[in-house]
Amino acid sequence: MRDALTAAFDEMTGSGDTVRAPYAFVHEWLQAQEIDDLRRKRDDAEALFRRTGITFAIYGDDAATERLIPFDIIPRILSAAEWRRLAAGIEQRVRAINAFMYDIYHRQEIVRAGRVPEDLIIQNPAFVPDMMGVEPARGVYSHVIGIDLVRTSESEFFVLEDNTRTPSGVSYMLENREAMMHMLPELFARNRVRAVEDYPDNLRLTLESVAPAGLDREPTVVVLTPGIHNSAYFEHSFLADQMGVELVEGQDLVVVDGALMMKTTLGLKRVDVVYRRVDDAFLDPLAFRRDSVLGVPGIFDVYRAGRLTIVNAPGAGIADDKSIYTYMPDIVEFYTGRPPILKNVPTWVCRKPADLAYVLEHLSELVVKQVHGSGGYGMLVGPTASRDEIDMFRMMVKARPDRYIAQPTLALSTCPTLVEQGIAERHLDLRPFVLIGDRIRLTPGGLTRVALRQGSLVVNSSQGGGTKDTWVLQD
Amino acid sequence: MDPGDKHRDDSWSIGLRRMLGRTANDLFWMSRYIERAENMARLLEVGYRIALLPREDGGQDEQWGSTLRSGGCERSYLAKYGSYATRDVVNFMLFDADNPSSVHSSLATARRNARAQRTALTREMWESLNSAWIEYSGIDPATLGSNALPPLFDWIKERSALFRGALLNTILRNDTFYFNQLGTFLERADNTARILDVKYYVLLPHSELVGGEIDSVQWAAILRSVSAHRSYRWVYKDSYKPWKVADYLILNRQMPRSLRSCYDEIVPALDELGAYYGNRNGCQSLAHANRQVLAEGDMNAIFQSGLHEFLGDFIARNNRLGSEISGTYHFTD
Repeated sequence: MRDALTAAFDEMTGSGDTVRAPYAFVHEWLQAQEIDDLRRKRDDAEALFRRTGITFAIYGDDAATERLIPFDIIPRILSAAEWRRLAAGIEQRVRAINAFMYDIYHRQEIVRAGRVPEDLIIQNPAFVPDMMGVEPARGVYSHVIGIDLVRTSESEFFVLEDNTRTPSGVSYMLENREAMMHMLPELFARNRVRAVEDYPDNLRLTLESVAPAGLDREPTVVVLTPGIHNSAYFEHSFLADQMGVELVEGQDLVVVDGALMMKTTLGLKRVDVVYRRVDDAFLDPLAFRRDSVLGVPGIFDVYRAGRLTIVNAPGAGIADDKSIYTYMPDIVEFYTGRPPILKNVPTWVCRKPADLAYVLEHLSELVVKQVHGSGGYGMLVGPTASRDEIDMFRMMVKARPDRYIAQPTLALSTCPTLVEQGIAERHLDLRPFVLIGDRIRLTPGGLTRVALRQGSLVVNSSQGGGTKDTWVLQD
Repeated sequence: MDPGDKHRDDSWSIGLRRMLGRTANDLFWMSRYIERAENMARLLEVGYRIALLPREDGGQDEQWGSTLRSGGCERSYLAKYGSYATRDVVNFMLFDADNPSSVHSSLATARRNARAQRTALTREMWESLNSAWIEYSGIDPATLGSNALPPLFDWIKERSALFRGALLNTILRNDTFYFNQLGTFLERADNTARILDVKYYVLLPHSELVGGEIDSVQWAAILRSVSAHRSYRWVYKDSYKPWKVADYLILNRQMPRSLRSCYDEIVPALDELGAYYGNRNGCQSLAHANRQVLAEGDMNAIFQSGLHEFLGDFIARNNRLGSEISGTYHFTD
């Protein structure tokens, strides 16, 4: 096994032994701590999370339907300057993503210009033909986006994925900060850390700003959840609670006379904006999967008639498809007229014969992902994979090359993390959350996910990843 | 736009909103099930205490039979076990997931409802219930010796008290509060009435069936199961007398688990819910009528016309009110 650690950039110590400026105080503080004290604080935090019910479910795991995502007590820190650059790149990217979707569901100029192949759009399972010509409020399709970033050096960040459907994890960002401020107030007294707590307010403002035009009253906003068995149920109820809006399930909603209504204690009440955390396929059994019991029959028609806003819009997944991802630099340039500030990871698209040949020859060096997969399921990390796994992927890629892409195995940056053996470097990524409505609202930082196994590059919570509080320092 | 805007009390007008029917249903049943968990512990505590007393008449079976009957689960118990044994009854009422009214099932249901309605609960409420559930579901019944039972009964009552305390201290006084109140007090009224109904014959004056020492143990047991065996003496300044015990648990407005007290909570909860929503409805008149029966009731007359009939009628009225509330506030449609 080749150890990616040897080459990795460390957030605290860079590439050498000097402590990087943003970590100066935390480094000093960490030196003075007893490992057992840190462990106790970490355990306290996890007990608090369990008591407050901050849990998630792992699909295919009946024994533990509610689990904690491990929390690490050592924060991940970004300087003001680092964040300014990321923020500019993120804003540019989400503007381009929404402009792209508007175009895709209208004139498809980018296809006509030959910058994105047509079949990649129209044959894409995330493309919703019925969205053609629909005018969403303010022209926004993806109102809540989580952009997964990784860092490989002092100055290099890459976008790994654009999550434009229903990105989750923001509740962990908020609760991690709560826990840290509760347990280690002295750290916040000595560092100027930008607050994240206004995210729920910003989300509500964003949702209200995209209500259908012409309402003569305050818009009624709801959060639509698949229910308590969904892996992100905690987050759904958390956000509804923090925004002060109803958390509804499909069974609580009904379409009457072309309007969406919720069933209240006093009968039916009109709903204007649905922040849905239900996938497109399950949203409306009349329009999508007929066997869905999680959605609302007829809701899509209400939406298309402009009498309701669905956030994110149906069909917004077209922009977070991994085959579209490879075109993102072109997409950003096409719609913003400028080169992308944030780079893509170089990607081999196995549907292209030349790329396929390269991938099959270099499987042991590459990360191979399914085009339509997510959550870290069904991916190959070549350098850490066994011979059998590599052989299996070779067969699968050969059989359906169009379903796979490959990327170089990046040496993701590391950060000191409290593990069994003490404090050790572990690889991490960053998912900032950005809101798009009447304007763009970006919360400083985001969710840092950390791969807790030594050498592992897979940070997904479903694969044993943990989280850290993420700090953006003020100048 | 709402049907009854003209009835609305202006003092509610800031932040007025209405909840999902499903939310109302879940809150109502959450509080019912927490009250039920507590009542099961109380019933069992008393049954267990009597089971420890020396008996010569083989009355043990009847004792457990009436405990299970009061808990509304005798039939399902017998279907499962066939005969009475202390250990089986304890297991069935405390831990059996097949018994929907066991403490285990009650806490599980309450917690499931709470989880589905996290947004309607304060953090204190949720945490008290969630940590109770985490602790309780971690108990291994097989390792519990009989010495562990009395502390466990106390623990269950404490947990229920903690939840109610969190609720009373932190919840907004709006529909959320009232639906919880209704769940608690409809369940409590039902429970007190069932305890009395199961034991009504020991309360009958001049009963030929029983007499002497056992009787006073039974009366004490009834009072004990509603934590009233000491306060009784403060109120009546007398030893346990059947009609006074009945009076205390049915008509007395000081006794917090009496039928009258329960309705003294139910009626204002429904009235204020109506004021909050700006409507007036059938539940309110039904609740007022039920309270009227208790307010104007007279123990002598009740004994004359039949205590058993009175209690049966009360239980039916109480149930009818429950379904009326569920229908009026669209719990399930």
